[in-house]
Amino acid sequence: MALIELRALRKVYQSGDSEFAALHDVNLDIDRGEFVAISGSSGSGKSTLMNILGCLDSPSQGSYVLAERDVARLSRLELARIRNEFIGFVFQNFNLLSRTSAAENVELPLIYAKVPPGERHRRAKEALDRVGLAHRAGHTPSQLSGGQQQRVAIARALVTRPPLILADEPTGNLDSATSVEIMKLLTDLQQSGITIVFVTHEPDIAAYAARKLALKDGGIISDVRQTPMLASAAGAEVHA
Amino acid sequence: MISATEILRLSGRALRRNKLRSFLTALGIIIGVAAVIFMQSIGEGAKARIRAQIESTGTNIVMLFSGTSQGPGGRGGAGTQPSITWEDLRAIQTELPSVLAAAPQMNAGQPVISETNTWNTQITGTTPEFFQIRNWPVSSGAIFTASDQASAAKNAVIGQTAAENLFGAGVDPIGQIVRIRDAPFTIIGVLEKKGQNGMGQDQDDVIFIPLSAFQTRMQRGLGKFVPGRIFVSATSPDTIPRARAEIASLLRERHRLGPEDEDDFSTSSMAEMTSMLTTTTETMTLLLSSIALVSLIVGGIGVMNIMLVSVTERTREIGIRMAVGAQPADILAQFLIEALVLAAVGGMLGIVFGIGIGHLLAAKFGWTMLTRPAIVLLALGVSAGVGVVFGLYPARKASRLDPIDALRYE
Repeated sequence: MALIELRALRKVYQSGDSEFAALHDVNLDIDRGEFVAISGSSGSGKSTLMNILGCLDSPSQGSYVLAERDVARLSRLELARIRNEFIGFVFQNFNLLSRTSAAENVELPLIYAKVPPGERHRRAKEALDRVGLAHRAGHTPSQLSGGQQQRVAIARALVTRPPLILADEPTGNLDSATSVEIMKLLTDLQQSGITIVFVTHEPDIAAYAARKLALKDGGIISDVRQTPMLASAAGAEVHA
Repeated sequence: MISATEILRLSGRALRRNKLRSFLTALGIIIGVAAVIFMQSIGEGAKARIRAQIESTGTNIVMLFSGTSQGPGGRGGAGTQPSITWEDLRAIQTELPSVLAAAPQMNAGQPVISETNTWNTQITGTTPEFFQIRNWPVSSGAIFTASDQASAAKNAVIGQTAAENLFGAGVDPIGQIVRIRDAPFTIIGVLEKKGQNGMGQDQDDVIFIPLSAFQTRMQRGLGKFVPGRIFVSATSPDTIPRARAEIASLLRERHRLGPEDEDDFSTSSMAEMTSMLTTTTETMTLLLSSIALVSLIVGGIGVMNIMLVSVTERTREIGIRMAVGAQPADILAQFLIEALVLAAVGGMLGIVFGIGIGHLLAAKFGWTMLTRPAIVLLALGVSAGVGVVFGLYPARKASRLDPIDALRYE
C-alpha cells in the first residue's frame, strides 16, 4: 500500500461569488521510500498540493490517505497530531525559532509529542549528529550559516522519525555549493528509507529526485521516473 | 495537550526573553494590587482603631434617655421630656439582674478658674457609679463618694488634660481649689488618661463633680426627675440586649404604659455606635478600594495589549509550532499562561509593595495598618483572574491562526 494516496482531489478557493480551483482531479500515489520532486510555475498549485500533503490544509473534495489513514476530513486537532507523528517539514526560509539554540529548535516537535526532557535532549543530539551539526548544538540560528540553519531544520524534521519529509524549495535561499550539500543530505535520508517529497523550480535540483512531477493550472501534467543524480544503486533500483 | 510544567517552561522563557517589557506590563498589575492592598489595610486599620477607641468607653454600656417631648411644635429629640424619676433609677440599679450599675450624667461647657489659669472645659455632673461603669479609675487621690452626692459637696475629680491646663505640668492638682460659677471646688482626685474617644474628642479634658452639686451650681433640674442621660452598664457585653429589655419592661411597668402606648424613654448601646462609625469607615474604604480596583483593570488592559502585540510579533513562531505538531489548545495554553504568570507575579509583587509602602507611610503618619490575609488572597485571586480574562482573547486569537498564513507571515 502506498504511503500517500490522493484520489480525485480538488481544492477550491472562494473569492466573492467566483470560485477558483487551485487543484482539480489530482490522483497520485507515492510509495514508501520514494524521492519525489514537484515542479511547476507559480500559480500551478504546487504550494496548495504541498500544504494538503503536509496536513496544513484540507482538500475541498476527494480523498487523501496518508499511511492508511484518511486525513481529508480531520479536525485541526487531529491534523496537528498527524503532522507531529508522520511528517517532517523543511522550509525555504528554514523557519527556525530565533534566539533559540539549535538543539532546542530540534527538540520542538518532541515537546508536542510529549517526549520527556531527558529523551528529548538525547534524540535532538542524535538528529543533529545525523546532519553533521552536533558541535553547533548550542548556537542560535543567527550564529549559523544558511546551510547550517537548513541542516538544523532537517534535523528538526527527522527527530520524530517520521515516514515522510516534505521540503518546500529547500535550497531556494542557498548558494549552489550549499544546495548540493543539502541535496546530498536529503538523498542520504531517502536512502535510509524516509519518503521525501520536495518542491523546486530548478531543474538541476529536481535532478536529485527519482521521480519528477510537473503541475500546471492545478493538475498534474507529467509524472516521470528518472535516475537520480546521486543514484547509489540501491536507492534507485528499488523504485525504478 | 502537553503538560502544565512544559507550558509553564515555554511561557516563562518567552517572558524572560523580553524582561523589560514583561516588567513594565506587570507594573500595571503591581500598582493596582499595591493600591488595593494599601487602601484596604489602612481602612481596616482605621476601623480597628475606632473600635478600640469606642471600646475604651466601655463595651457593655447602655445609654438611657428620657422621653421625647410631644406638642404642637412637633416632637423633640430623646431626653427632651423628663420621664425617668430618681425612684426609677434606684429600681434599675437594684432590681434588674442584667444591670451592674447605673449613673446619670449631665454636661456643661464652662470656664474653670484656678489660681494661675482660666480654662474652658467640660463640667460633668454624675454619681460615683459612673467611674465604675466607664471603668475609669483615678491615678491619684479619690473619687467623690455617695455622701458627697447626698450633700452636694463641692469636691471635684479632674481629667489629665484639664489638670495640665489649669495647674501646669508637674503640679499636683490634689487639694487645689478651682472656681466654677464662683463656687470653690476642691480637687480630690486625678483620673487616669483615657485619650480620644471615637469622635476624636479628648476625654481627659473634663472635670467631674457630684450631680447634686451640678444641679445647685449649674443647672437646676426638676427635683423628681433624673436630669441628663443615664449610663447603665450591663453585666457583660453579651447581656446588653437583655439589660435593655429589662430596663424597658421595668420602666413601662413603673410608668403604667398600656400595650398601645409608646415608650416614654429610649435606650441605645455602644455596639450601635461602633457599627455606625465602622460603617462610615467601611464606605470610605470601599470607595478608595474601587478606585484602586480601576487601576487594576487598567493594568489588565495593559496585559491584554502586550499579549496582542506579542501574538502578532510571534505569528511565525506560532506557525512553526503548529507545523511541527502543536495543537490549538497547546498554543492557547501557552499564551494564556503567559498572561496569567505576568498578572500573578505582578499581583505577588503588588502585595509586597502594598504592604511595604503601607507600613512605611503608616509609620510616618501614625496610621494603623491592618492587612487581613483574606484581602491578600483576594488580591492574588483577582490579579490572576485579570490575567485570565485579559489573556484569553489574545490567546484564542493565537490558537485560531491558520498555520499556512502564520508560516508566511513576515
